[in-house]
Amino acid sequence: MTADVLGKPVKRVEDPRFITGNGRYLDDIKLPAMTHMAILRSPYAHANIRSIDTSAAKAAPGVVAVFTGADIPYNPLPMAWPAGGASGIQNNINMPRVLATDSVKWTGEGVAAVVAETAAQAIDALDLINVDWEPLPAVVDTEKALEDGAPQLHENAPNNRVFDWQVGDKAGTDAAFADAEVVVSQRLVNHRLIPNPMEVRGDIGWYNPGTGEYTIWMSSQTPHIQRLLLAAFVMGVPEQKIRCISPDVGGAFGSKIFCYADMALVLFASKANGGRPVKWVEGRRESYGSTTHGRDHVTYVDVAATRDGEVKGLRVRTIANLGGRLSTIGPGVPTTLYGRILSGPYKIPAVHCLVTGVYTNTTFVDAYRGAGRPEATYVVERAMDLLADELGIDPVDVRRRNFLPPDSFPYDNPSGLLTAVNGSKIYVDSGNYEPAMDKALAMVGYADMAANKAEAKTRGKLLGVGLSTYIEVCGVAPSKWIGAVGEGWGAAMWESSNIKVHLTGKVVVTMGTQPQGQGHETTYAQIISHELGIPMDDIVVQHSDTQGTPFGYGSYGSRTSNVGTGAALKAAAKIREKARRYAAHMLEASPDDIEVDGAEYRVKGSPDKKKTIQEIAFALDLAFDTPEGMEPYLDETAYHDTPNCTFPFGTHIAVVEVDEETGNVELVRYVAVDDVGKKINPMIVDGQLHGGIAQGIGQALWEEAVYSDDGQLLSGSLLDYAMPRAAWLPNFELDETVTPSPVNALGVKGVGEAGCIASTAAVANAVNDALSPLGIRHLDMPFTAQKVWGAIEGAKGGQA
Amino acid sequence: MAELHVALEVNGEHREVDVEPRTLLVSMLREDLELTGTHVGCDTSQCGACTVHVDGHAVKSCTMLAVQADGSSVTTIEGMGQPGSLHPIQQAFWDKHGLQCGFCTPGMIMAAADLVAHNADPTDAEIRHAIAGNICRCTGYHNIVAAVREAASVLRDGAPAATA
Repeated sequence: MTADVLGKPVKRVEDPRFITGNGRYLDDIKLPAMTHMAILRSPYAHANIRSIDTSAAKAAPGVVAVFTGADIPYNPLPMAWPAGGASGIQNNINMPRVLATDSVKWTGEGVAAVVAETAAQAIDALDLINVDWEPLPAVVDTEKALEDGAPQLHENAPNNRVFDWQVGDKAGTDAAFADAEVVVSQRLVNHRLIPNPMEVRGDIGWYNPGTGEYTIWMSSQTPHIQRLLLAAFVMGVPEQKIRCISPDVGGAFGSKIFCYADMALVLFASKANGGRPVKWVEGRRESYGSTTHGRDHVTYVDVAATRDGEVKGLRVRTIANLGGRLSTIGPGVPTTLYGRILSGPYKIPAVHCLVTGVYTNTTFVDAYRGAGRPEATYVVERAMDLLADELGIDPVDVRRRNFLPPDSFPYDNPSGLLTAVNGSKIYVDSGNYEPAMDKALAMVGYADMAANKAEAKTRGKLLGVGLSTYIEVCGVAPSKWIGAVGEGWGAAMWESSNIKVHLTGKVVVTMGTQPQGQGHETTYAQIISHELGIPMDDIVVQHSDTQGTPFGYGSYGSRTSNVGTGAALKAAAKIREKARRYAAHMLEASPDDIEVDGAEYRVKGSPDKKKTIQEIAFALDLAFDTPEGMEPYLDETAYHDTPNCTFPFGTHIAVVEVDEETGNVELVRYVAVDDVGKKINPMIVDGQLHGGIAQGIGQALWEEAVYSDDGQLLSGSLLDYAMPRAAWLPNFELDETVTPSPVNALGVKGVGEAGCIASTAAVANAVNDALSPLGIRHLDMPFTAQKVWGAIEGAKGGQA
Repeated sequence: MAELHVALEVNGEHREVDVEPRTLLVSMLREDLELTGTHVGCDTSQCGACTVHVDGHAVKSCTMLAVQADGSSVTTIEGMGQPGSLHPIQQAFWDKHGLQCGFCTPGMIMAAADLVAHNADPTDAEIRHAIAGNICRCTGYHNIVAAVREAASVLRDGAPAATA
């Protein structure tokens, strides 16, 4: 009997290659006759291109070709998710071209490319390209972009407005405020971040003149989608003539979801050079202009409540900075993925949210770990603390008073995913919020915090404690939602799986999802082993190549565990059923009389009459005597469309100490109780939480993409952009509650983003709590020592 | 550009390479010697993904020219151990889930190996300090610290310490 590995902390099958230097990331691939590409990027945030002289570069040592935008016949990159989806809301769309032709809209937009024998020669030759620039005034600030007189980026976008999108009940919300006993208001800045996966992006393009086929290796979360987008929207090449391969991907966090100009460029360049492969790998500094950024909202939030802390209404006005042109799903993130969960875990009767997307002369902004949900959580969790502060009530009690009770589910939330197709709704699937909060409060010793604050004060430290009681939306997306008019892109978003049990009894599983470090090769194998009773060692999980895997939408939005595993489960069920029918044939029994126990298929009442799945596969894969209507081979494909999203939740508590003299913030403890439903592999779940927590802490304390007023990225390298370091973080204290999701058979929810959705708000609330004795009501992130010191000095009446 | 001759020992083998003077050690390892386990994660010597050992000390191999390694003994992740003969630090990273995407992992393992070679019983704070020059975006460092703690225990006592 094969041991059941589902739910066990099985060590990852990926790791032996990664810990020994045998991983194969994009830049590790070398092809015969390969050339190297470098891209000349705009030094200006906003400028017209008068002319480009490439003659000197073309004559430089080793240079094979130089291209400008005028050479590229392709279409601009596609917009896949305008705000409001297919509802007809005005979206003033401007997409990047493969290389800019007339003007540039941010520092880092590509204007020319050099292909050379070596990467160094390509980079050297960039200096010989002479662009005659006409610099233009720039605007980088999210709010200023909308002001009269601001520099204008695009003729079709007056006042730099991309869209106005709203959700919720405006009249009901206005009425709640009209009747409110207490109103709390605050401007909140959710600043811009740079995703920074440790592996930058890159591509290798290869055009085979003999077949007319294009192959591209790309560091991407979405190889199948990229094939579709490149073929049908950008290059005008038949889809079957493009093959996309994602090798080992060294982290992504959303930034590798999208269709990028460089993908089309390497394929164009390879064809132009007679089929020599072309490799391009962005540098880290280059990546800050060539790969998307995240967040960058300015929000005005108003809360209407009773004097005893019952929230009656939530009004949110957000301006979302989308950069100089739009990225693939840029407008979808601050709208659907944000406005629809603004009420969080709370029963708020009236919610209204208006979001305006704006262009600025900055790198394009798109989904970054959490994608809209951290921004929403930050708004509602700061609002809860501000309300508690206003009313003099403990933040814990305000939350407890407003939590949805556990009998609320399935729950239609008031700003929520109520859009119906044929009357079907998306609802909050499950929740039980107080036990998670109570457990976290006990772990952190919340009752002792007043004493702890007094003790810290004797050391010159302001101790603060902050909660974040979050919910997440995982599993994008039920097709009835993402395909709905007014919401998504008018297309389905299922996942796919193929399982083959080969005649030696070994199993190859191919998936349409695409890992970037999540351990899919392990977790899918655990599921298939559980479902088929076959040892994990006999199962391999393959992905990442459009040749050989079924079409899938890739991995992002914490969707794999809900949507992808659904496909794997269905494919396994089909395998079991076919094996059962062939076992009946082999055992000369009726299929209805075959019972399945792990790998064994037995005749009911005659336990000695049995076949293992391996024996069945051997026979069926070689079969010359299949029953009427049965095809040979134990090989099944399934597609799974999730009926609903899943909604993890939990309570995170941060404890910080602020040095009154220096403003330095130290995160001294971090407690997290998460409910992600059942777990396929608890070890991997904890790892996802750890990483997400650290990323969210990074936003709260250190990370910030900063532009000068003229659009130069001041945090333009890893010297300047403060990534979380080991020495700055404590060990994390994790625990769980388990509320299985009713949406899928495993009861799982998803965990890729939960940590970072929760942690930013927890730390922000903790720092603001620490500063509150000084009369500081709200300070925006990131809480650098300089900023906090300035606030402390300002509060004390000193010279900040 | 005239090339210069570099002779050195890499993972116990004598290697000779002709490189441009500007070639970084990491480029020579990856491009000329095709040891692609050593990674490049930045261009400002901040991330540590390229950490190798030069004459027994952890070095970010993007901070050294290849010619400076002439006559040296270099160890890369490939030389630390391979499946079936893992170094205890590699084994501990696997056992403790000290990696996710794996991109920072070779550099992280090399930095950790340097630490435990000089400090047999590091505290968590010492571990965190020792790897502060290596950036990991996936793990939040929690399990990396646990892995280094366990590896130090194994190297010290020949067995993992009892879990606290």
